[in-house]
Amino acid sequence: MSADTNPLKDLSNPPVDGSELIRFDKVTKRFGGNTVLDGLDFRVDSGKHVTLIGPSGSGKTTILRLLMTLTKPDEGTITVAGQQLFPAPEKQIREVRKNIGMVFQQFNLFPNMSVLRNITEAPVTVLGLPKDEAEQRARELLDLVGLADKADSYPSRLSGGQQQRVAIARALAMRPQVLLLDEVTSALDPELVAGVLDVLRDIARTTDITMLCVTHEMNFARDISDQVLMFDAGHVIESGPPEKIFGEPEHDRTREFLSAVL
Amino acid sequence: MKWDWSAVGDFMPHFWDGLLVTLQALVLGSVISFALGLVWALLMRVPTRWVRWPVGVVTEFIRNTPLLVQLFFLFYVLPEWNITFSALTTGVVAIGLHYSTYTMQVYRAGIEGVPPGQWEAATALNLPLRRTWTAVILPQAIRRVVPALGNYVISMLKDTPLLMVITVLEMLGEARLYSQQHFQFTEPLTVIGVAFILISYPASLLMRALERRLVR
Repeated sequence: MSADTNPLKDLSNPPVDGSELIRFDKVTKRFGGNTVLDGLDFRVDSGKHVTLIGPSGSGKTTILRLLMTLTKPDEGTITVAGQQLFPAPEKQIREVRKNIGMVFQQFNLFPNMSVLRNITEAPVTVLGLPKDEAEQRARELLDLVGLADKADSYPSRLSGGQQQRVAIARALAMRPQVLLLDEVTSALDPELVAGVLDVLRDIARTTDITMLCVTHEMNFARDISDQVLMFDAGHVIESGPPEKIFGEPEHDRTREFLSAVL
Repeated sequence: MKWDWSAVGDFMPHFWDGLLVTLQALVLGSVISFALGLVWALLMRVPTRWVRWPVGVVTEFIRNTPLLVQLFFLFYVLPEWNITFSALTTGVVAIGLHYSTYTMQVYRAGIEGVPPGQWEAATALNLPLRRTWTAVILPQAIRRVVPALGNYVISMLKDTPLLMVITVLEMLGEARLYSQQHFQFTEPLTVIGVAFILISYPASLLMRALERRLVR
């Protein structure tokens, strides 16, 4: 695909300047008596691809859910592009949320809508895009994820891998600055994983969308990441470029974890 | 007891009148119960307790008192407060109101059956709450509950003879009137009995077919 026809080219908005985009200050999240995040400080610069790794239950997914405002922190502040996401009034939350897109483990496509409408629904009703423009953009995105012929299908007709690629197109259609990827291949049959990861690699390579990715696909993490964060029990215990984390981890827990999953 | 076909023939014009009234009551009662039940179900999800609590009490009260008592109340007590409707209107309102307290539970189950991931996807796409309801949640919830709502329509059909007690001449009312005038009970009552089964049995087959198609 040549650069000037790439529908992703102008996706990220405003342009990336490498400044701080996401900031967690002393964020604590508990579920019942269980402290999932414990005074977490954490930041991501715009345009970076950050992968969160670590054992299950270490709080990685919670970070994405906090950013997407699907859950609220018990303590601390979260800032996105200089605007506070928590605590904040509902109107401001909606404003900040416009910059963030999310792809879920279970796809969560709307089963009552065609593939095309899944993608155009939010651009039309939230961004106020004219319907034909939204459809035009949706078809370009479907082309990008290799599903141009599925525009009129319903999600239940698609394989898991196809559904997940539609979900990626749906998130991108909102032109988010930040894309959150929550174990997007964990629910897929093994033979469908590669197709989804290829699409994401493509997006990582050709756009400057900031990506925050929770995954157990270590090769993928190594390929796309600028930075890898190793989580354990609600803390970042080690972080750095993928070569360092995968090549010469400092922390024993990181070594244990990597030898278990690689 | 002997069967008199001429009595059947004589009764038929009255039967058609009664059938028309029964179907009117059924259709209008269904429409009211579907719409009002949805309103109740949505009000029960409002965050303020001051909305949920009165709605809960009123609907619980209506659901747990007999439709027959409610019919008498609406027909004989409301006029004392100078609120007067025709018998059929009163009957339709009573049936619709009574059954709305059942359909609200059907809707509630349908709404709760929509996976949390649907709400989360709507939030992630920044859809406004109203749009989330109308475009995402309700279409999925209602699709699931159509068969259950259909079963209540069949129940309602079988409750329409109660309207006779407030002078509505639906099928049973017509049959009774004819019987008392001609002292022939067997033929008119048999005719309407057959009519009920001819409506409700195919309807229940239709519901089962719908269930197979819609609930997956």
